[in-house]
Amino acid sequence: MGDKRTIEERLSENGVSRREFLKYCGLLTAVLGLPHTAVPRVAAAILKKRRPSVVWLHFAECTGCTEAFLRTTYPWASDIILDIISLDYHQTIMAAAGLQAEAILEKTVTENKGNFMAIVEGAIPTRDSGVYGRSGGRTFLEIGRKVLIDSKPVAVICLGSCASFGGLQAAAPNPTGAKSVGEALGVKTINVSGCPPNAVNIVAVMVHYLLLGRLPALDEYDRPLFAYGKTVHDQCPRRSHFENEEFVLAFGDEGAMKGWCLRLVGCKGPETFNNCPTVRFNDGASWPVEAGHPCIGCAEPNFWDTLSPFYEAE
Amino acid sequence: MGRRIVIDPMTRIEGHLRIEVEVEKGRVKNAWSSGMLYRGIETILKGRDPREAWLITQRVCGVCTYVHAEASVRAVENAVGVVIPPNARIIRNLMMSAQFIHDHVVHFYHLHGLDWIDMVSALSADPKKTADLANAISKKPGMGVRDFEAVQGRLKTFIQSGQLGPFANAYWGHPDYRLPPEANLLMAAHYLLALKQQVMMARTHAIFGGKNPHPQSLCVGGVTCGPYLNADRISEYLFQLKETIDFIENIYLPDVLAVAAHYKDWGVIGGCRSYLTWGEFPETEAEPESLYLPSGTIFNKRLDTLKPADAGRVSEDVKRAWYEDGASLHPARGETRPVNPGSEVDTSSKEGKYSWLKAPRYGGKACEVGPLARVLVAYGRGHQDVKPVVEQALRTLDLPLSALFSTLGRTMARAVETLVIARQTQKWVLALAQNLKKGDTRTAAEWNMPDQAEGFGLNDAPRGALGHWIAIEQKKIKNYQMVVPSTWNLGPRDHTGQAGPVEEALIGTPVHDPKRPLEVLRTVHSFDPCIACGVHIIDPETNEVYRFRVV
Ligand code: SF4
Ligand code: SF4
Repeated sequence: MGDKRTIEERLSENGVSRREFLKYCGLLTAVLGLPHTAVPRVAAAILKKRRPSVVWLHFAECTGCTEAFLRTTYPWASDIILDIISLDYHQTIMAAAGLQAEAILEKTVTENKGNFMAIVEGAIPTRDSGVYGRSGGRTFLEIGRKVLIDSKPVAVICLGSCASFGGLQAAAPNPTGAKSVGEALGVKTINVSGCPPNAVNIVAVMVHYLLLGRLPALDEYDRPLFAYGKTVHDQCPRRSHFENEEFVLAFGDEGAMKGWCLRLVGCKGPETFNNCPTVRFNDGASWPVEAGHPCIGCAEPNFWDTLSPFYEAE
Repeated sequence: MGRRIVIDPMTRIEGHLRIEVEVEKGRVKNAWSSGMLYRGIETILKGRDPREAWLITQRVCGVCTYVHAEASVRAVENAVGVVIPPNARIIRNLMMSAQFIHDHVVHFYHLHGLDWIDMVSALSADPKKTADLANAISKKPGMGVRDFEAVQGRLKTFIQSGQLGPFANAYWGHPDYRLPPEANLLMAAHYLLALKQQVMMARTHAIFGGKNPHPQSLCVGGVTCGPYLNADRISEYLFQLKETIDFIENIYLPDVLAVAAHYKDWGVIGGCRSYLTWGEFPETEAEPESLYLPSGTIFNKRLDTLKPADAGRVSEDVKRAWYEDGASLHPARGETRPVNPGSEVDTSSKEGKYSWLKAPRYGGKACEVGPLARVLVAYGRGHQDVKPVVEQALRTLDLPLSALFSTLGRTMARAVETLVIARQTQKWVLALAQNLKKGDTRTAAEWNMPDQAEGFGLNDAPRGALGHWIAIEQKKIKNYQMVVPSTWNLGPRDHTGQAGPVEEALIGTPVHDPKRPLEVLRTVHSFDPCIACGVHIIDPETNEVYRFRVV
């Protein structure tokens, strides 16, 4: 039974007007770096009839990436879940538990073999055959092999620095031998890094890949260029203070109150590729530098080791 | 021996949890709770700069994000001996409050709610009757017949599409789903409403936090968001807070009571004997005296045993957890080593190890932590804001005080404290404005890192009592230990055989159908498990992993 209605009809049932719909299509188009003339294409992509199947896996992580996804408002997460994709497996949200949950995973990857999208949150512990992380009686390594290799998803999207690069559990001395999904399993991934990544970028990648059916252009770490193409420093509103050598020297000092550059208290904006200053977080509420805190470089590979100590100038 | 049921994965929680129960004559006779992930974060902290511990520990959990950040800066501040400025204390309270509100609302509607409401039954509801029900339980229901028709239509097409997504294969139609269809429709509508509302609640967190999840505006000595101490930012916070209070008063609390009215027998199911809270929300420098929600312990379900809590009485037991055996130790001296669990979860032998969670004890007792512990302690102390809300709720349901010691009580306590905290938060916002008016704009205090120091930081997170212990040597982290809410609640048995709180609470839970253990989910979810939190309680001297054999 396919759903015969267009997404527009589905959305309007929920009180989402055509105007609102086109507005977020416009927003997504802009975030993706596509010209405004591409809005109808993005809209048409969302208007697909059968909702694409998505399997979302949780490995060694903190669920911050799921939480980040749930903050999206363009479109709202509830609209994505009910109207745009078919979120067939997601342990944090799904109603079923235990055996019934595992049956869904099995069914989804079997019926949609070669034809579903995998989203992964978290790294994979590999030490001692992966005994440090298990779910439903299987190690994450086993689950990963089954779902991400054998079942041939159309794409593996890694959300967050854990899945993309190993993240916190992979920081020295990496007690559990945690690795990125790509490294642990030898599969090609799209890395939406960040700890957690911005909801806007998560949705933009989903729309791009699921609906336009294409991979966005990626950088050398397989991160989408539309989001990770420029440094935080290059887009930072405090940049003029950096040029004028007006620096915060201690939290709470005069420079801090005036919103000066945070480089000397450790800002890693120059080393970090991300679009936080332009898209901001939580519907534009703020972003770390605006809240007076240095960037810690959370979208960079192994930043917990390579960019720490976070409170020292280079 | 009864029949064994394993629920793995336990869904609608944070993290990887396995629950095993033994059912005999339709009731749970015995239960085992297992944390299934180990990340080793305490080990990773060693040798790092104490100033950045909070950034790392915050990543213990992205759901109760912020709580570990705050406990960590408090621990370092305690070690280096710095007192933070009043503005910083208030801003931290504002962030913690936003965290509580967001967490509790999401828990009720999106994690726990589906244990009580049947989405499929909502399809046969009369939207008109649903609107009547909404009007009957709330002064400002916010939705009318048309809205309920729309939600029902949306659910219908969703289900007819055959792609059930997150609602597939659940226990719909289970005989113990007791709400009439119109109540189910009301709750389904509020499930969707709250999914949107929570975005705004998280945004409130980001106003002073820079972002959510994982706010980034703390520093040892205070907060970094000094430039935000202005009228615009403060009124933005206040505006969103007021909208949230509206939601809690008119939707969340009425919904909890409306659902509870159909499940009153759950007021005797799922209780624990002992309770612990460190308290939260300091209103002056004096702690614990000025904590808005007080610290305390309660034993044997008796409010007259109430005493202030003492952090010196905590120990952690590893007998049944995947760590090398040793004495139960206070976290400041804690030393444990992970063992390779092999492929076994050994719940069948008396000595078997079965979890990555350790078993924290207070004076040797397994204690429940979280909303119920806080509400019981506040109530027992005659808290002027908590007491009337509790009494009103019990009166509405015509339940005795003893009904609080239960699965239902836990869920009600969560809603009660959400309301009380949200209301009080308005006063903190005003206090912040007053301070600024007086010309006090300080947000961070100066301090110096000593070569050597020890400290601890306690707070009460939405899920319960949280403590971080730090030892500093040569200005670096020598030792770091966290004893966290979900370890208290979901930890395993200890060397005396004493069960952990969830294990204790599950005993006696009815199970209609062992193939569909809905009732087990209810009690487990009522604790709001957050397993990522629970599995970092480790401080191996070496990095070696020890082979474990069952002897
Ligand atoms: S990348 Fe960060 S936010 Fe995402 S799961 Fe890992 S620790 Fe949490
Ligand atoms: S605050 Fe950081 S990102 Fe902004 S200008 Fe200074 S160094 Fe660059």
